[in-house]
Amino acid sequence: MLEVRGLAMHFPISEGVVFSRKIGDVKAVDGVDFTIGRGETLGLVGESGCGKTTTGRCILRLERPTAGQILFDGQDVSSMERKDLVGLRRRMQVIFQDPYSSLNPRMKVGDIIAEPIKVHGVEPDAGRRRARVSELLSVCGLDPKFADRYPHEMSGGQRQRVGIARALALDPEFIVCDEAVSALDVSIQAQVVNLLEDLRERFNLTYLFIAHDLSVVRHLCQRVAVMYLGRIVEMADCDELFDNPLHPYTQALLSAVPIPDPRVEATRQFRPAPGEVPSPINPPSGCVFHPRCPMAVEECKRARPVLRELRPGHWVACSEVN
Amino acid sequence: MPPLLEVRGLHTEFRTGAGRVPAVDGISFAVEQGETVAIVGESGSGKSVSALSILRLVADPPGRITAGEILFDGRDLLGLGEEEMRQIRGRDIGMVFQEPMTSLNPVLTIGRQITETLEQHQGIDRPSADRRALELLDMVGIADAARRLKQYPHQLSGGMRQRVMIAVALACNPKLIIADEPTTALDVTIQAQILELMKSLSLRLNVALVVITHNLGVVARYAHRVNVMYAGRIVESGPADAIYHDPRHPYTIALLRSVPRLDRPRQARLDPVDGQPPDLTRLDGGCAFRPRCRFAVESCGQAVPPLAPAGEADHLSACFRSAELGAARNVAA
Repeated sequence: MLEVRGLAMHFPISEGVVFSRKIGDVKAVDGVDFTIGRGETLGLVGESGCGKTTTGRCILRLERPTAGQILFDGQDVSSMERKDLVGLRRRMQVIFQDPYSSLNPRMKVGDIIAEPIKVHGVEPDAGRRRARVSELLSVCGLDPKFADRYPHEMSGGQRQRVGIARALALDPEFIVCDEAVSALDVSIQAQVVNLLEDLRERFNLTYLFIAHDLSVVRHLCQRVAVMYLGRIVEMADCDELFDNPLHPYTQALLSAVPIPDPRVEATRQFRPAPGEVPSPINPPSGCVFHPRCPMAVEECKRARPVLRELRPGHWVACSEVN
Repeated sequence: MPPLLEVRGLHTEFRTGAGRVPAVDGISFAVEQGETVAIVGESGSGKSVSALSILRLVADPPGRITAGEILFDGRDLLGLGEEEMRQIRGRDIGMVFQEPMTSLNPVLTIGRQITETLEQHQGIDRPSADRRALELLDMVGIADAARRLKQYPHQLSGGMRQRVMIAVALACNPKLIIADEPTTALDVTIQAQILELMKSLSLRLNVALVVITHNLGVVARYAHRVNVMYAGRIVESGPADAIYHDPRHPYTIALLRSVPRLDRPRQARLDPVDGQPPDLTRLDGGCAFRPRCRFAVESCGQAVPPLAPAGEADHLSACFRSAELGAARNVAA
């Protein structure tokens, strides 16, 4: 359904007020390839600044990528003009992280959800639009009478349900969930995860699930891609990736996640990856992970490793693992 | 020997347009010398306000500590004057907050933020303060410390800033550090580094830690004792192992069940806590968790269950049915 080829997004950095000149690039996304099949959920994980959100924004064409192709149902989205994007946006929606800032505080919940329907002229009749809003609210587990409330009258979990209802308003096929459950409390997070799963089944949705919480990603996704500094370093079926991580960065990431059980924690050995994520303005040469990598050899500083399929469906960008 | 910190019956409330909000509603807990105690809870449970109350940093108005005792090292902090309290903060009790960018002063160098604390509290001269600052940065694992001392907070990464916060907190050899969500703003690999650092420093320097967090994994990694808060009260308290393996409050049980775990096989579905968090202005005379509780019975609506012994020694639960929950724990956990 979605195929991303060689996607790159470089943001120019300029200097000077009057005669501004370009002095470099932030290579937020630097050559990313993946595909998502219809009905599939692909998890995109990584730490802040790894480019996962920018990747999502490029697919939604909220950014025009610097290079690469994004094929949505065979159509190249990356070079589309504004007017052609309108049709596309009915089929692709997004759920944002922060249910506080992504809902207009001056609009009633009902109007927030009805807005995309109105903008796209799907349902000109106000009465039928109201009925549709009620239906969407109840699909998302909210009482239809919430339509007359304002976002500030609701809890974080309820607001996120409103964000989901809005994303569903146009019957999309594909939804980018950008940290959709990260801002929620533990007890509410599980409710929303379950809702996303139910909706996927009910409406045959395809998700790109962008998150940093690995345990949620493992629960919800069929396939997972791990990003580091603008590149995918490992990609595999969910169980394979978590049971058998091959890239040293994925291993470091997994061992860093604390398990909510003191007995397990007491027996675990973890060596936190040393150092910090380098700047995407001037990324390390060769393999971008080499300065923090316990397995790095001389060669890693020179050649950029390519994603290789080491086992069926399991892709790793590391020259040292076999 | 009495505990290093003992909080007894602490009440902190906020007066707002919507009414009186009992953010902390009669909590009691103790911290022994060198011990790590966690306060776990979700947004609005009162965990951060508890920490601010201990440090007497609740803004008044709108907030006010209305009752209770905070015994630290034999003195009741609530009876101290502002000047005496200022001496205790930073000297006897160090603080680490969630957002290191906003809790460091952006116009002071890293070195100055550390030496300021030292000069204020220990009255030592500038050169010895500088030497101590260098030593502290080394101790918290900042490479190239001499250069870093001259830099400003914005030149440091988030993890590095949190290390500086820890260095400031440790500067005067405090007996206690209160850390409010110390790793929440950090990435997971950096979080692991900071947790390791705090754990090893508290062991080495015998500093007691009060860690406030919503992350059950972080708690499991380094707390000795755990206090679970809900709607301004401690609903369960006990040794970490007992809280995780023999939870006696329905909220704790529900919370533990709702998180997916990387070390267990994937579940078909998550088991969430039903309903919404409570509105603190509308609490009634019963258990605040009752509307979301799977074990609620009629008596839960008649009185607020007190924190009472449950399970092994030192384990307390504020639930009328905690004994039955123990018997059913194999089903629950």
